[in-house]
Amino acid sequence: MSPAATAQKTISFTDAYRLALDEALGADPTVFLLGEDIGDEEGGGVFKVTKGLSTKYGKHRVRTTPISEEAIVGAAVGAALAGMRPVAEIMLMNFVTVAMDQIVNHAAKLRFMSGGQTGVPITIRTRTGAGAGTAGQHSDMLEAWFAHVAGMKVVVPSTPADAMGLLTSCIFDDDPCLFIEDSLTRALTGPAPPPGHRVPLGRANVSHEGSDVSVIGYGRPIRDALALAERLKGEGISVEVVDLRTVSPLDTETVLKSVAKTRRAVVVHEAPRSFGVGAEVTARIQEHLYDSLAAPVLRVASRDVPVPFAKVLEQEYLYKPAAIEAAIRRTLDSKARR
Amino acid sequence: MSASAEWGPAALLAVYRKALLIQLVDERMRSLLVSGRLAAVYYSPRGQEIVSAGIAVHLKPSDYLVTTYRGIHDQLAKGMPLKLLCAEYYGKATGACKGKGGPMHITHPAAGIMVTTGVVGGGLPIANGLALAAQLKGEDRVTVCCFGDGASNIGAFHESLNMASLWKLPVIFLCQNNGYGECTRYDKSTTAAHIADRAAAYSMRGVRVDGNDPEAMWRAAGEAVERARKGEGPTLLEANTFRFMGHYFGDPGAYIPKDEYAAAQARDPMPACRAAVLRSGAASEADLTALEREINAELDQALAFATESAAPDVSEIDRDIYASGVAA
Repeated sequence: MSPAATAQKTISFTDAYRLALDEALGADPTVFLLGEDIGDEEGGGVFKVTKGLSTKYGKHRVRTTPISEEAIVGAAVGAALAGMRPVAEIMLMNFVTVAMDQIVNHAAKLRFMSGGQTGVPITIRTRTGAGAGTAGQHSDMLEAWFAHVAGMKVVVPSTPADAMGLLTSCIFDDDPCLFIEDSLTRALTGPAPPPGHRVPLGRANVSHEGSDVSVIGYGRPIRDALALAERLKGEGISVEVVDLRTVSPLDTETVLKSVAKTRRAVVVHEAPRSFGVGAEVTARIQEHLYDSLAAPVLRVASRDVPVPFAKVLEQEYLYKPAAIEAAIRRTLDSKARR
Repeated sequence: MSASAEWGPAALLAVYRKALLIQLVDERMRSLLVSGRLAAVYYSPRGQEIVSAGIAVHLKPSDYLVTTYRGIHDQLAKGMPLKLLCAEYYGKATGACKGKGGPMHITHPAAGIMVTTGVVGGGLPIANGLALAAQLKGEDRVTVCCFGDGASNIGAFHESLNMASLWKLPVIFLCQNNGYGECTRYDKSTTAAHIADRAAAYSMRGVRVDGNDPEAMWRAAGEAVERARKGEGPTLLEANTFRFMGHYFGDPGAYIPKDEYAAAQARDPMPACRAAVLRSGAASEADLTALEREINAELDQALAFATESAAPDVSEIDRDIYASGVAA
């Protein structure tokens, strides 16, 4: 193999999302995209994810819509009932709240309520995250709301390669998937995936092996956890990082396997702490592993307040990598007590 | 479909046959509820029979229907098999939805009955999607979306009409204006004189019709369906009618002025339609009695099937949540 072929190619998150959409549109005529500004005449989307796709596949398959989130998701639901695989883009996660009836009452439940007759294979792509000064209505992480609704699948990638593979899996999955992109890190790059890459839904990834404590999370904090794992290695602390990748259905098995080994767990997410995914993960760990835990399961999350604008307040709101480190150390200190 | 390409005695009889089926099934359901032999939420369509029948005769099984919790008339007119319907009302494993949806979520794709929603206005955005799929695939298939006057005040109505008009979707928005949104009279909730007027805001064709008049309903519905089939875009069709049994079954209806109710009763579409059929010569009194007997016999069988069927196995609770498997 030539050196050029073996050199690691990199890809940004934005390119990864686009690659997944491009490949899906090319592979399957039932796939189509709809969302605000997504056509090339409108600039290929506010975040440029769909740039070039309407030119390549036509405006009928890459459809710019009015600013009508409920109608967008509803049109996706209806088209899915009729055998299509629509990918709806809702520009930001807070705007998904405008389409709640379609998601919660229809997309998630039509399969069950019809006795299995009508599935809803839609993907809703959306993005969010604090840190860019977009304040209370453009930054919320609301994944727990949707994970709470039976019938939905909720996916949050932490690397560009996973982003491509998970988005592809969402599009070709037969159930409604909510795919959550991080606003802040769209230009961040990582190793490029091979063509046709798919990452199975509902399967967590042990992205760093360790033996002393498990850090379990998804999305942005995974990068913090991986950096910590590297750094703490120098102190002889062995951190295992479990990237859930799919929030729901949750891969309980991989989580429990990891914590059964390390006997300590820190659960971390960007969403506010209370009633979050962390509470669910923590509960599942203690339900199954109570007797073998060497320390209480700790949560690291953002504050239970609206996302503020001022930088100093926004940073105060956000979970902190230092808090993950402190939590890791606290679980290890608990060792003395056992 | 193809009951008749032109209005006449045959078309009138085709409408009446469907309307009579609705009337008889509704009567039976109410009698079962009153006698305690059926325990289910029920939203009687009594009074709105001609609206459903008048459009359904123009539809093929492959055309799509989206309707609401008050949808039994729309479902029956569209070809809902009685056995599956009754078994679902009884919450049985043999029901249309295996007992998981119940009366408010009747689904039967084989007859094009794609969604029955319990959320006012929730069906309109979905109807657009069904119509969009047909448009993208180049299929000869229209979507009829039924809802009440109350739904025209919800945001989804306005978003959906705009999108349907923008994309020239093959969809008919059939607003069955029965004068009341739940228990609130039309003029206390709606500023527009007529629902059909709202179509103008979306550059859509808006038509108002007397939903109790079989000929007027048949013509207006036929035209809307034909336009959608030809790719000439959507129609907002407002069918004015009345709801005799209130919002929910058992609704005392005290909010309906007595004189209004009496006037509506005088305009009850079912006796009028029957008389018109007889006058037209399309059927005799004996023919209609035989038809009633036939429908009632089929209904007896369907109800026997429903009551004798088994309840769903408890394990069903874990099925159909996802395409395969159950949430972890």
